[in-house]
Amino acid sequence: MSKLTRAEVEKVAALARLGLTNEEIEALQVDLNLILEQWSRLAEVDTSSVPASAQTIVQAMPLREDTPQPSLSADEALQNAPARNGAYVKVQAILSEEADG
Amino acid sequence: MSAEFRRATAAQLRAGYGSGTFTSLEVVDELLGAIAQEDAALGAWLHLRTDEVRGEAQRADDAYAAARANGADAVHALAPLLGVPVALKDLVNMRGTPTTAGSKMLEGYVSPYDATITSKLKAAGALILGKTNMDEFAMGSSTEFSAYRRTVNPWDRERVPGGSSGGSASAVAAFHAPLSIGSDTGGSIRQPASLTGITGMKPTYGRVSRYGIVAFASSLDQIGPFARSAQDAALMLHAIAGSDPRDATSSALPVDSALLTLPQGDQAAIAIKGKRFALPKEYFVAGMEPGVEAAVRAAVAALQSAGAVIDEVSLPTTEHALATYYIVAPAEASANLARYDGIRFGASKHGGGDLLGGYLSTRGRGFGPEVRRRIMLGTYALSAGFYDAYYLKAQKVRTLIARDFDRIWSAGYDAIVAPASPSVAWKFGAKLSDPVAMYLADACTIPTNMAGLPGLSTPCGLSDGLPVGLQLIGAPWSEAALLSIAAGYEALTVDAPWRAVEPTDLATLGGAA
Repeated sequence: MSKLTRAEVEKVAALARLGLTNEEIEALQVDLNLILEQWSRLAEVDTSSVPASAQTIVQAMPLREDTPQPSLSADEALQNAPARNGAYVKVQAILSEEADG
Repeated sequence: MSAEFRRATAAQLRAGYGSGTFTSLEVVDELLGAIAQEDAALGAWLHLRTDEVRGEAQRADDAYAAARANGADAVHALAPLLGVPVALKDLVNMRGTPTTAGSKMLEGYVSPYDATITSKLKAAGALILGKTNMDEFAMGSSTEFSAYRRTVNPWDRERVPGGSSGGSASAVAAFHAPLSIGSDTGGSIRQPASLTGITGMKPTYGRVSRYGIVAFASSLDQIGPFARSAQDAALMLHAIAGSDPRDATSSALPVDSALLTLPQGDQAAIAIKGKRFALPKEYFVAGMEPGVEAAVRAAVAALQSAGAVIDEVSLPTTEHALATYYIVAPAEASANLARYDGIRFGASKHGGGDLLGGYLSTRGRGFGPEVRRRIMLGTYALSAGFYDAYYLKAQKVRTLIARDFDRIWSAGYDAIVAPASPSVAWKFGAKLSDPVAMYLADACTIPTNMAGLPGLSTPCGLSDGLPVGLQLIGAPWSEAALLSIAAGYEALTVDAPWRAVEPTDLATLGGAA
């Protein structure tokens, strides 16, 4: 495996929605490359005829009646929201007026 | 009798309450007193329910008094953990209490609901003393990645308690609670149990509901008990296990009632005779401390002397389990932790700029260094062009890991015996700047999670005065059998000199920190 470049680290950080400082990007580039070195050893394992397992303890997926169950009140569900407007979570504008037009 | 309550097991407390020898309120007050005096130095707790738990203890005592008036059967019929204080790792939601998961991202969060295991513990009569410290979002092996405080090992205040459930482990090891809850994604119950000299079990994937638990890696996470005896761990597991309509991965298999009455004493020791144990050579790898290997091999010899058959076996994919885990777990974590967006709950840096800027600063500042590393790893592993090489490859190696274990159970072995950790507790900072060294601390526990199997760590001696854990790994749903073997090993070694040794630095915790 080739090493992760700084630009690739920045791209992954953007995908992960992590706003990082220059120092943090640099430190992560070093750490990630050390860890990827460990990962690359998996390429040695022959898995050509092996199925993938998402989990190894397989359960019968239980079904239930599709009926409403009691749940949290709106107030309880919203009690930890950083910004609120009545029974709604308040967010920054998603569309600017220009984009809206 | 005071100053003795804190050392009692849950089973002893239940018996004492039932006979009226002492009360739950006396026990709770003694524990709260010890915590008040020692936790500044120990650092195990993040939140205490001091006022609420005293009222709950009083009500438990009233229930015992009323039942005693109606005879022994009425006392016996009371809930199995009634009046027994327990601790929750701070990723378990409890209505009306903070849940931080050790992260600044959840600072100030107050749970609006109970996790299923919280409801089950309440129904079993347990008194929840409070919430314990942990590595941020359960990512770490030393609890040093907590955003809040350092938890020390009561065996040596200069050393880590292990992790990620280090607060729950140290609280039980330091006699601040007889029982606590941990979570184990790659070893976060068994490894700290080993490093603090107590019993800790990761049950089979699906045995305990995860509803209301802060998610880390959903195909691996499992909840389990810490205790100071196998029987106590079994009592707590019995209380929290079972199917849950709110967790589709929870198993419909009935909870084994044998957990309530494990064999004890001579009966437990005799049951070791004829058991077949597999000793995997790959678990005694280069880098394992000689003192750890010596203690584990002595434990295996003790089982053999008691009539167990020990065979050396090979689990060839063990060497690939660590890399497999460090692809699968970060990948799932990067998806699970996408929910921390600063909008619906938790820390928020939205405000000034646009929405994207709010996400970037909320997540960039809210997560600590290890969580950022794992999110980056996981996002990379799942990103376009790399999915097949990493995530899909890891899912295939996971199949091979599970097949290794299946061969052991098909050959009729009762359990695998192995070290729980390649080392004893290490000094603060020793692995902090080297993520790969920190990840290697879980080399003995990770394969079990990849295969979904139950495993436990039970104390098996000291190396240079620090605890060593013997790991027992079993076939799916064999929790009662594993805990019975642990009870047998306890009985075999009841007179071993190391069993009489208390955590070395316990006596210093109450002094100046």
